[in-house]
Amino acid sequence: MSDPIRIIVEKCVRCGLCVKACPFGAITQKARKELPIIDLQKCTLCGACLEACKFDAIWMQPKAAPTQDLSAYKDVWVFAEQHDGNIQSIAYELLGEGRKLADSLKMRLCAVLLGSNISAKASELIARGADKVYVLDRPELAHYQDEAYAAVLIDLVNRHKPNIFLCGASTIGRSLVSRVAVKVKAGLTADCTGLAIDPATGNLLQTRPAFGGNIMATIITPNSRPQMATVRHKVMKEAEVNPARTGQVITETIADVLLRNRARRLRFEAERESTMNIAEANIIVAGGRGLQAPENFTMLRELAEVLGAGLGASRAVVDSNWIPYSHQVGQTGKTVCPKIYIAAGISGQIQHLAGMQSSDIIVAINKDADAPIFKVATYGIVGDLFAIIPRLTAEFRKVLGK
Amino acid sequence: MRYVVCIKQVPETTDVKINPETHTLMREGVAAIINPFDMYAIEEALRLKARTGGTVTAISMGPPQADSALREAIAMGADEGILVSDRAFAGSDTWATSYTLAMAIRKLEDCKVILCGKQASDGDTAQVGPGIAAHLDLPQITYVRKIEEINDKAIVAERLLEDGTEVIEAPLPCLLTVVKEINEPRLPSLKGKMASKKAVIPTWKAADLQCDPKCLGLEGSPTKVVKVFTPPPRGGGEVLKGEPEEIIPPLVAKLKDAVLSASN
Repeated sequence: MSDPIRIIVEKCVRCGLCVKACPFGAITQKARKELPIIDLQKCTLCGACLEACKFDAIWMQPKAAPTQDLSAYKDVWVFAEQHDGNIQSIAYELLGEGRKLADSLKMRLCAVLLGSNISAKASELIARGADKVYVLDRPELAHYQDEAYAAVLIDLVNRHKPNIFLCGASTIGRSLVSRVAVKVKAGLTADCTGLAIDPATGNLLQTRPAFGGNIMATIITPNSRPQMATVRHKVMKEAEVNPARTGQVITETIADVLLRNRARRLRFEAERESTMNIAEANIIVAGGRGLQAPENFTMLRELAEVLGAGLGASRAVVDSNWIPYSHQVGQTGKTVCPKIYIAAGISGQIQHLAGMQSSDIIVAINKDADAPIFKVATYGIVGDLFAIIPRLTAEFRKVLGK
Repeated sequence: MRYVVCIKQVPETTDVKINPETHTLMREGVAAIINPFDMYAIEEALRLKARTGGTVTAISMGPPQADSALREAIAMGADEGILVSDRAFAGSDTWATSYTLAMAIRKLEDCKVILCGKQASDGDTAQVGPGIAAHLDLPQITYVRKIEEINDKAIVAERLLEDGTEVIEAPLPCLLTVVKEINEPRLPSLKGKMASKKAVIPTWKAADLQCDPKCLGLEGSPTKVVKVFTPPPRGGGEVLKGEPEEIIPPLVAKLKDAVLSASN
């Protein structure tokens, strides 16, 4: 197999422009005026060096032409995740975003709803903008199961050929569409924070964070369909409800054999703590080492209660067993994007910032004025959280009339 | 009974920046480590081996340098390491990566449980684990936080969902992705370190796998990166100074509207 990219030795003047242009550090020159070397293990074939080279001295394998007839793929699809028959808000966020994409492509917006005794819920998806809802209502689909859900979606995609397929980047969503994308040979981009249509090509421009949010990348799936993407919760705006909207409900059937599941759910235990799931929370009050002792979380709980907020925590206090793992925000915990994030006694390690820095408003309270959390804080208070938090709680209580 | 752990070598820190002048990723001097989530997968494989007997095989797809990640896995107690490395794999996205790893795993005999970390700390996609399961047509249990039971036919594991824990039984072979909560990874032992120095780590190339060359590397990757950029910096905002009674009422006044709109 020949290399997909190489430097044409006769044309190269060893200027080093390609070395500077490579975003991945894949091109090196042993010394000035030496022939550059491309490290194919690092090279992503992005083409940045081709653009930079003024001497046409780099050859790259031409991009493969589409192997499928892409024009057969129409419509923008949204997977409507449901738990216990309740459609999750991520589905409405996807419909809000999907509507814009469908309109700019002049395509229909469709939702896919899988469950048991679920058909009546299709109208909720129509009210939020779906032109069509594909419903699969079977007792076997009452709760999420990897294999059966994936098999149903693979079958629907193969029969109806959507152009774009969006799914929430939830635990279920990520587990599900990874299987689907492999089987239908589709490109899948995880955790998109921005979606747009390239007016020239009609391709979906999928922008996502990598390296814990330190780098953003825009990704396309130029030669195959559907273009699949997952979207994090709370990143897109929910579609408004319009009960007057009309749409089509299509009841799908599926062969029994496709509903076969080798893995099976033995039981489900709901989260013991009654506090809100922080990935869903619009406001989060989070605590770190600065709280000094586990019982001091009580102070944050009071503030959280007044604000109707979820309770978050840094890795340090979770590792010390002050609070369960489900509250951990950051790279090894949850990524959150609330409207307001209040960080009390959290210094703001890069791993923590990676999980919360896209919050709309960040309020940081820390006694160390040099704490990295202040670099991302909308409002920073340098001071003693034991003096500040109770006053903050009292003031909110007064202002909110609670 | 063979346990296979898929590991990825990643930069030690995610704090990588793009040089504003050259637009290159600045990652010089950043050490390479095993993806932190994969450490839990290695540890869990070792614990399963202690429970049932068998062997642990660590496998990594990556550049030749990933050899050191496999040696670290051996130092922790893995029995062998396999490096899947070839220029033909360059430019692989998650589709091609999961295909390549699946084809490599298919070569291993008596493979009962495949363990992966829930995601890699550089790409953060969480797609490769389930992708491998799909390519091999295996059942999967993702986000595993505890393995309750295992025998040579089946496994029972707790899976962490947003709103609770699901207990799932799956027949073997099966693929698992694990979360941090599952265990505390051990440090390498002296004996392990000796073994890792001596270990012979084979490199499997594309020609060693029974695979379709069209499904590898760039050609096998449906997605293409078209642009890499630094997100607009989130500058620090206002620093409030003074006594709590002076600064808190104006702060609360500023936040009030946001709080009210958030609770609607």
